[in-house]
Amino acid sequence: MTAAPLLEVTDLVKHFPVKRGLLVDREVDRVRAVDGVSFAVGRGETLGLVGESGSGKSTLCRAALQLTKPTSGSVRFEGREIAGLSRRAMRPLRREMQMVFQDPYASLNPRKRIGQIVAEPLRLQGVARGGELRGQALELLERVGLSSEHYDRFPHEFSGGQRQRVGIARALALRPKLIFADEPVSALDVSIRAQIVNLLDELQAELGLAYVFVAHDIGVVRHVSDRIAVMHDGRIVEQGPVDRVCEQPEDPYTKALLAAVPIPDPREARARRQTVGSG
Amino acid sequence: MSSVGASTLLSVRDLRVGFATEGGLLQAVDGVSFDLAAGEVLAVVGESGSGKSVTAQTLLGLTRSPNARIAGSVRLGGTELLDADDATLHGIRGDRMAMVFQDPMTSFNPVYRIGAQIVEAIRAHRPETSKGAAREQAVELLGSVGIPEPERRVDAYPYELSGGMRQRAMIAMALALDPEVLIADEPTTALDVTVQAQILRLLEQLNRERGLATILITHDLGVVAETADRVLVMYAGRVVEQGTLEEIFYDPQHPYTWGLLGSLTRLDRERPERLPQIGGAPPSLIDLPAGCSFRPRCPHAFGRCEELPGLDARLPDAPGHLDRCWLDPETKRGGRPQ
Repeated sequence: MTAAPLLEVTDLVKHFPVKRGLLVDREVDRVRAVDGVSFAVGRGETLGLVGESGSGKSTLCRAALQLTKPTSGSVRFEGREIAGLSRRAMRPLRREMQMVFQDPYASLNPRKRIGQIVAEPLRLQGVARGGELRGQALELLERVGLSSEHYDRFPHEFSGGQRQRVGIARALALRPKLIFADEPVSALDVSIRAQIVNLLDELQAELGLAYVFVAHDIGVVRHVSDRIAVMHDGRIVEQGPVDRVCEQPEDPYTKALLAAVPIPDPREARARRQTVGSG
Repeated sequence: MSSVGASTLLSVRDLRVGFATEGGLLQAVDGVSFDLAAGEVLAVVGESGSGKSVTAQTLLGLTRSPNARIAGSVRLGGTELLDADDATLHGIRGDRMAMVFQDPMTSFNPVYRIGAQIVEAIRAHRPETSKGAAREQAVELLGSVGIPEPERRVDAYPYELSGGMRQRAMIAMALALDPEVLIADEPTTALDVTVQAQILRLLEQLNRERGLATILITHDLGVVAETADRVLVMYAGRVVEQGTLEEIFYDPQHPYTWGLLGSLTRLDRERPERLPQIGGAPPSLIDLPAGCSFRPRCPHAFGRCEELPGLDARLPDAPGHLDRCWLDPETKRGGRPQ
């Protein structure tokens, strides 16, 4: 980590107006999806963002990446303000920040071949073309544990875990410094989840990537993260080094969240139920 | 709790469910057997494609279709369900054996009030119940599953309830006719952890208070550890290991079970440098490998694994603990990861 963080988000707000009215839409209320959030991510670091459905995790990612316009607040990438930049002005920055999505079934174009999907960002950004494009796409597929025989196949021929590998290869194509991974393993089977978590770990070590790892599963977040931020009702209620937050949580919501995670150990689970029951 | 023959409510023997597809016969469930006693919670654990949901649905006759090939025996009390006619099944569904689904949003009809749907379920089986009495029962049921202000919520539409409340209402509807067996297919998977904990407590309470026998279908071993008495671990349509909760968690015999237990991210343990993972992916059910289905992914596979191991008791000290693995039990106890 260097002195200036890679990404610095300060007081970010994203409100969605609730409008009603016959001729003129009047704003009658607002949904405070993200309500004054600040955090920073250093180079090569993983920030885990944990929270339940509706806590604002996904909106926060979208607003930080300028995929939706923040209502107010500042987002600095390598010291440069990007909040409110036009699509055109954001375009070169898209190389630096990429996203991996939750649903590997919905996030790959079913009519494109795997090779095309992975090469698309390179083509759009004009990084490579022709044979070079194909070569780079093949290299990316291999890097995420797929092979050249997968290049001409379609997404429907792949399992969930393989599709998520394709999604990761696509996110890596432009050699970003930061990847927002929004619930990247929650749609996957238990035996596949560990493979993807380990792949993300390896890529980070190899490429010096920083991650914002978003998930509702605090167990997975704890495993991958250096620091954790806990979101609740649009705000970060607690953030800090992973061991501190998980072992000495301060906020009541963080405590409740940790206490609700089932313990996969019958004796310990029973012991905890009894202490909770009597206390 | 053990399944003593006398108290066995539901008995499943060599259940086989296949579906004829263009690519060939897909054997979704291949020889599943178990007994379920009153008050017992049996967890069926597996990944997508393991056959756990197809097993559950077949018990209620929900997989019947022209391309389905169903064989074996499912007996509830003295009634055989697999070849029962539709009228018999209609009488049993909801009344003696009820089901709770993963997604409460798609299991309620969105255009009818919650109460009206419960009333309809009651009156379909008990036509002598008046509408007023059925409504009172619905209010009482909603209250018993912990829905606040049940007399008001009975008139709510499904969309007006949160996910957790909707799942409670689903459970209330499943309980409406006081069934003996409840089948819960991933009942908490769509819910947040704090809500999940509440629903699990509710199921446990119902189990204790009503003596409800429960089949819990899940992929989550944490949920299993918190609720089950006995566990079936399924892989590619077959049971690979079955035993009591303690046997499965503290003396697992199948390398697939080791893999599942090992890949958990546990909050109560030090973080490992690298998460232990099971390599590869589950096989296609149309084109299963010969012998043990887990063989291609198993780090312990050897020559004999090309022959399918039976689901047998291999431990002299645990006659009810069955597994499908050729490895010598003593070698396993020494060699498996902790």
